[in-house]
Amino acid sequence: MTERKLRVATTSLAGCFGCHMSLLDIDERLFDLVQLVEFDRSPLTDIKHCGPCDIGLVEGGVCNAENVHVLREFRRNCRILVAVGACAITGGVPALRNNIDLWDCFQECYQYEPGTAGHVIPDDPELPLPFDKVRPIYEVVHVDYYLPGCPPPADAFWQLITDLAAGRVPKLEPAMIRYD
Amino acid sequence: MTHPLETAAHPETLRRVVIDPVSRVEGHGKVTLLLDADNRIQQARLHIVEFRGFEKFIQGRPYWEVPVLVQRLCGICPVSHHLAASKAMDMIVGATELTPTADKMRRLLHFGQILQSHALHFFHLSSPDLLFGFDADVARRNVVAVAAARPELVRQGVLLRKYGQEVIRVTSGKRVHGSCAIPGGVNKHLTPAERDYLLADIDRTVAWSRDAVALIKQLYAERKDFHNGFGYFKSAYVSLVRADGALDFYHGGLRARKADGELLFDHADYATYWDRIFEVTKPWSYMKFPYLRDLGPEDGWYRVGPLARINNCAFVPTPLAEAERIAFREFDHGSATHANLAYHWTRMIEMLHAAEGIHALLRDPDLLAGELVVKGTRAERGVGVIEAPRGTLIHHYRVNEDDQIVRANLIVSTTHNNEAMNEAVRQVALRYLDGTEVTEPLLNHIEVAIRAYDPCLSCATHALGQMPLEVAVVDAEGRTVDALRRDSDGAVRRPSEIAA
Ligand code: SF4
Repeated sequence: MTERKLRVATTSLAGCFGCHMSLLDIDERLFDLVQLVEFDRSPLTDIKHCGPCDIGLVEGGVCNAENVHVLREFRRNCRILVAVGACAITGGVPALRNNIDLWDCFQECYQYEPGTAGHVIPDDPELPLPFDKVRPIYEVVHVDYYLPGCPPPADAFWQLITDLAAGRVPKLEPAMIRYD
Repeated sequence: MTHPLETAAHPETLRRVVIDPVSRVEGHGKVTLLLDADNRIQQARLHIVEFRGFEKFIQGRPYWEVPVLVQRLCGICPVSHHLAASKAMDMIVGATELTPTADKMRRLLHFGQILQSHALHFFHLSSPDLLFGFDADVARRNVVAVAAARPELVRQGVLLRKYGQEVIRVTSGKRVHGSCAIPGGVNKHLTPAERDYLLADIDRTVAWSRDAVALIKQLYAERKDFHNGFGYFKSAYVSLVRADGALDFYHGGLRARKADGELLFDHADYATYWDRIFEVTKPWSYMKFPYLRDLGPEDGWYRVGPLARINNCAFVPTPLAEAERIAFREFDHGSATHANLAYHWTRMIEMLHAAEGIHALLRDPDLLAGELVVKGTRAERGVGVIEAPRGTLIHHYRVNEDDQIVRANLIVSTTHNNEAMNEAVRQVALRYLDGTEVTEPLLNHIEVAIRAYDPCLSCATHALGQMPLEVAVVDAEGRTVDALRRDSDGAVRRPSEIAA
């Protein structure tokens, strides 16, 4: 292969990392994958900020100001941005808190629990501002592709990346399109 | 509960250094350090920066939905949440004792989870530090570089994780977020074909797990004093143990051992964990700080996970792993038994035990036939506790007569280790960064200390957030004075330089 490798960044916003696990579930194909792509910022590398990339894979919705910052950085740097999994596409399970007042959530978690001795609700400036609603990423940035599933199957990741690497529009078999 | 270096008196006069995000851990963490004009560390903190609100939004959902829903807190150890919630729901439906089939199917699933999670942590996340050194070039500190240097080793790591994931898929239908356990039992048997499929690769899985223990033992011994002393401190330990004191990931009573080795309590019923474990919150992290009530908030913090379990148990109930436990305990007159980096070693011993456990279970006819579910008298309160890959995991629910959840409380494994990880950050910061110019490799030392715990910042968010790791340096007044960020090009910059 003479062509340069695609550069891929991945991140988890308000997600559970299950989508990243499913990417790793390509198992031995990981060795073929690294012939095609190299990783920029990702939980697998120590690169802390996304640089210019071909593909950005975003897991999880947007639940705080820091998520917006990271998401915009990805959009600025990635030629193709993919919303990966139910959380990035719809908000997912974390968005179950959307019809509840955020302050009620904080009180439930930090003030009412059995055996909780100190009753402070964390509010340090180092903690990013939480939003009242968890939002899908398309409400914040333009998204090029959506990879559905909770998580999307490993084969779907493989298909997406190999199609893009070959310059094709990604095409998924019906069995790879999951709404679980 | 405050510790030296936890809070600086005058942060506004200090320079802030931040590691954000902490990488090669699962979830989001951030470390902040505060330094004075002479680069002396005044404050060091590990922050968990996301908040989920699970305990609130679960209210009103039907109880039988919880074991499936709660997995979505964490995609790294979804099985642990699935099982802990199911054990709580067993109490709700009055299933005091499960059928042998249900018990063994769940144990098989759980062994698969321990195996894949421990393999992931060692091979995919931590091996670059252990093989290349903590101050290796940023570009090399990832599994791809390890694969280039040691292809056979990484191939085994990938296939070990794959095997654990396949055990999970076969027992629960999916590798991530499947469903096996239901209130009162499980929803399937293993078919003979599925059993034979898993049997095909089990021997090499045991053999490679053994090799992994040998490798970490050799790496550890090569730089014994450095590894023993890295961020060193003593602590109490908490884990479940079986009635005979054996290591048991799935069920048992709570055992707490003080730092001096004396037992604080033993075989305590976890259904009333709140008599033993309290939590405090601190304004600077969404992750709470649990402590042992008998020891009080100052001294009562403790560690959980592989090191705690291996130190706490009387023996490991499989022969190869038990031999390795003894070797670990006896290593250099017991000098490794409190070491942060001994987490890696004990994690591999547990991986070997999981492989041996699967090996033994797969031949058990109860997996192929037998009753799946039992029910009894409905109860209002359910508590489920298991030993997840990262340590003791507590799920606690109350359910009303309409089958809705009214209250929920979770204490996840990583939360128990909150104070310990902060202590490790402080010790490493003092030893390696105090009074020197902060550099990127030095910051990685802090991350290495955190990584030893295999923190799952996704879970830790349960208290409804995700744990971001950032290192900030704050001044004596508590203001953040400095931050360092590692960018895509590998360069380390201060925020002031980035803003400029
Ligand atoms: S889509 Fe599912 S697997 Fe992916 S982050 Fe969300 S909950 Fe986790």
